[in-house]
Amino acid sequence: CIPVLSTYPILKTLLQRVEKVDGGLDSQDVATSLGVDHQAIVGAVKSLQALGDVISAEQRSSKHWELTGEGCEIAEQGSHEARVVSSIPEEGMPQSQLMKLAFGKVGFSKAMSNKWIRLDKGHEGGPRIFKTVERLEDLVRDKLLLVQKGQASQLEEKEKNELKKRKLLSEVTVKSYWITKGSCFSTTITKQETELTPEMIASGSWKEKKFKPYNFEAMGVALDCGHLHPLMKVRTQFRQIFLEMGFTEMPTNNFIESSFWNFDSLFQPQQHPARDQHDTFFLSDPAQAHEFPQDYLERVRKVHSEGGFGSQGYKYDWKIEEAQKNILRTHTTAVSARMLYKLAQQEKFTPVKYFSIDRVFRNETLDATHLAEFHQIEGVVADFGLTLGDLMGILHQFFNKLGITKLRFKPAYNPYTEPSMEVFSYHEGLKKWVEVGNSGMFRPEMLLPMGLPEGVTVIAWGLSLERPTMIKYGINNIRELVGHKVNLQMVYDSPVCRLDS
Amino acid sequence: MPTVSVKRDLLFHALGRTYTDEEFDELCFEFGLELDEITSEKDIISREQGDTKAEGASDVILYKIDVPANRYDLLCLEGLVRGLQVFKQKMEAPRYRRVSPASSEPQRLVITEETTAVRPHAVAAVLRNITFTQERYDSFIELQEKLHQNVCRKRTLVAIGTHDLDTISGPFTYTAKPPGDIRFKPLNQAKEYTAQELMSLYKTDSHLRHYLHIIEDEAVYPVIYDSNGIVLSMPPIINGDHSKISLNTKNVFIECTATDLTKAKIVLDMMVTMFCEYCEEPFTVEEAEVVYPDGRTCQYPVLYPLTITLHESTEHIAQLLTKMCLRSEVMSDGEQIEVEIPPTRSDVIHACDIMEDAAMAYGFNNIPRTTPRTYTIANQLPLNKLSELLRQDLAAAGFTEALTFALCSQEDIADKLLKNISETRACRISNPKTAEFQVARTTLLSGLLKTVAANRKMPLPLRLFEISDVVLKDESKDVGARNNRRLCAVYYNKSPGFEVIHGLMDRVMQLLEIKPGQGNGYHIQAADDSTFFPGRCAEIFACGKSIGRLGVLHPDVINRFELTMPCSALDIDIEHFL
Repeated sequence: CIPVLSTYPILKTLLQRVEKVDGGLDSQDVATSLGVDHQAIVGAVKSLQALGDVISAEQRSSKHWELTGEGCEIAEQGSHEARVVSSIPEEGMPQSQLMKLAFGKVGFSKAMSNKWIRLDKGHEGGPRIFKTVERLEDLVRDKLLLVQKGQASQLEEKEKNELKKRKLLSEVTVKSYWITKGSCFSTTITKQETELTPEMIASGSWKEKKFKPYNFEAMGVALDCGHLHPLMKVRTQFRQIFLEMGFTEMPTNNFIESSFWNFDSLFQPQQHPARDQHDTFFLSDPAQAHEFPQDYLERVRKVHSEGGFGSQGYKYDWKIEEAQKNILRTHTTAVSARMLYKLAQQEKFTPVKYFSIDRVFRNETLDATHLAEFHQIEGVVADFGLTLGDLMGILHQFFNKLGITKLRFKPAYNPYTEPSMEVFSYHEGLKKWVEVGNSGMFRPEMLLPMGLPEGVTVIAWGLSLERPTMIKYGINNIRELVGHKVNLQMVYDSPVCRLDS
Repeated sequence: MPTVSVKRDLLFHALGRTYTDEEFDELCFEFGLELDEITSEKDIISREQGDTKAEGASDVILYKIDVPANRYDLLCLEGLVRGLQVFKQKMEAPRYRRVSPASSEPQRLVITEETTAVRPHAVAAVLRNITFTQERYDSFIELQEKLHQNVCRKRTLVAIGTHDLDTISGPFTYTAKPPGDIRFKPLNQAKEYTAQELMSLYKTDSHLRHYLHIIEDEAVYPVIYDSNGIVLSMPPIINGDHSKISLNTKNVFIECTATDLTKAKIVLDMMVTMFCEYCEEPFTVEEAEVVYPDGRTCQYPVLYPLTITLHESTEHIAQLLTKMCLRSEVMSDGEQIEVEIPPTRSDVIHACDIMEDAAMAYGFNNIPRTTPRTYTIANQLPLNKLSELLRQDLAAAGFTEALTFALCSQEDIADKLLKNISETRACRISNPKTAEFQVARTTLLSGLLKTVAANRKMPLPLRLFEISDVVLKDESKDVGARNNRRLCAVYYNKSPGFEVIHGLMDRVMQLLEIKPGQGNGYHIQAADDSTFFPGRCAEIFACGKSIGRLGVLHPDVINRFELTMPCSALDIDIEHFL
């Protein structure tokens, strides 16, 4: 702010005083010598500071003796005992009359102990008091006057403490400024500009102006901008990684899938618990799928119920009715199955690398880390002679791009892969191995009925998009990340996503 | 994944050495198991019911071990120990043998025609001269329960009954009768009940009530009698009290009734192979004969090992497989390995299962990592590529991306948007646990409005968008439904801001290189839509096709989503722009 004109005289005086001294000035002393309130000097100091480096002011605090209300009264009118003596006439005064005076009680006992007065108890008309001295030295008042004049240092500590005990003095801490010249010291005050204007640029007047300094401690203004959702930012990064690795994106835009493609084609038996009402969302409308590649369906039926392609099969009564049931897909592997079937129908097999990142659905019990829908990330490679070593190698390269270098693999079970491996990475923060994904080689009972040539192996892996995102952004409850209940502030505040840093 | 709980010290005793928790965890990892938790009965009770209830409970240390869902042979202490001992080459994999009774005919189980209607299969076997201890007995009971929960699919596929053979006399009859005609004293009850009475008795039983539905509505219930008319069991619900086994039982008759014969054979094999090590002659099982309604007979348990030939040639593989309870021999041609799959390994059905075991025995983490030389060129899905590009530019236009659920209630997409459900082409879920999962969304708008409602405290205006899929019924697709990629945006402020949402639509068209105008351009024209305020809704046409709507929402829609301010919205189908 620009100092208001009324404060100019005091600013000027202060600057003149600072100019005259060699070292510096204490604001408290300036106030005393100018006879103004200390706050007025403090205000002047602040105004001058706002003008730039005109002065420099360092805050300091000092202890200081001050008269109490009672002390002021004594400094002005004398101590109670002195006032008692001076109010007693030559002929004395009845004690009762003295006690009616404001200072009577305290003054009486002090004057008595100083032997300045005497009491005649047996006087006719009641006890009466007489002066015993004509002149007296009022030391208490003298001392208080010294303090009032700012010369408390002339008193001894003992004396000050005695007066403090009588509640006539008090010790106060005084905050003041030590004022010295600043690097731009001047006794003339110029008005400062807040901002550069087009006019100043046009006229060149900015050259003569002084500008008010910015407060670099403050935050900038919150921008009015749009934001991408953090989970989608992570999705973009995963997509990028797959594209860098030469993977082609699968068309996963079909949330509704038949049990056939979701389970049967993957050699997942019809009594498998995942096909239970408790785990999977079934559809009542449209309840059934009505079109399947018939000869392929027949081969699937056969491999489940009778075996074949080198397999014993599951030896149960495979029902088309189960395969027809529509569901919300429980994994994107249903799409991988469709893609591999399509690949098998090509005249000549060509190696492929596929990926997808899309929603899957589970009719599960919900908790802090499980929702009924989540995003599955999936990678699939089909070629002649791929090995378990290839799967581990490609997983290493994939996770390396996520900044995860320490991996190990645990044998696991999955109905449609054999071998199946859970992927664990060493978590530096938790100091333990945590599961980061699942992987495996698709079973021959899945691939051969599709018509893929013998010798073609398919390696695949999957993980959820939500879990790495929650770890990345330090979110513990999935509801704070996904769905309509998220706090938009979280979306506004989320940083860019670099998975490898 | 099933979890098996075993007493640590008992396990170490059986393994012949002790391990630190870390060492055992490491062993599990190699073998494809997971040491899930180290606890005690006391810990469990105190966690579930409080410290006072836990007083006096056992503090013997328990290992809870996660077992792969297909390894039924690892569901009890006996199986776990056998698997690990062979893996560590401390013992040879046992060969299980089916034997005929020494001095008499085998036990017979006769299946009558009546069972066909309700539970047509049964298999049986005998464990002769077995010695139970408290631990073995507990494990025997526990394994039945574990099998019931897993491979038996909560007793729907298979139910196991175990009986003290010395309290009953064969031949046994497996038949089915009307519930009123079945009467017996069930396990651990003091008096006799009819089957009907039992069903109502067990309605409140926390354990058994889950199985009643399997036969409840059938005209006849399955039941097994001995030759004196004593009820052994009424599968899959309860056994009779008369034949119950105890610590002193010497001879056990095991029957499994089933709707799936393959699974019944597997379950019977598991029961007998796991516990025949406690028989006088270990690893032998006495056969039982099952007589079918058509007079055919069959001997159980199957126990015959399966032989699979591997077209691999190294001696080393054969050694590795032997470590996994799979006896293997390199064949005389030196090119192939013959592998004998014991009855405990019902999970092995293909050569690939064997190769997995070989890899496990070798150690997954010892396999050299290689890079596939598969050369391919990456391609983006055009629809996703377009969505990614548009998302970036919508955010640049000042709109914030929301991420809402694909499943919602019928109310969300119909009533709350003032629409009739029949006009939505919504796909309906048959088994939602709550109303939140009744239908797949047919619009992104309700999710965005719910997001606004949850963020009413945020500074106005709120500008939100989402580009994602909705699901619509479509007869032309094999499954009768298809996804549809939509772009939806809302503007929520003290004034409706139609001009803002209109401006966003213009911007989207600009991004898609479509110019204003009729014909090959885009234009909007007034439309009636119950979701929008009358006179404040327009239909968007691009290249002659209707692609969506924009407008100011109807005040009733605002209210139904528990909002208080005016709101305008844009909803377009972006698949037209591929």
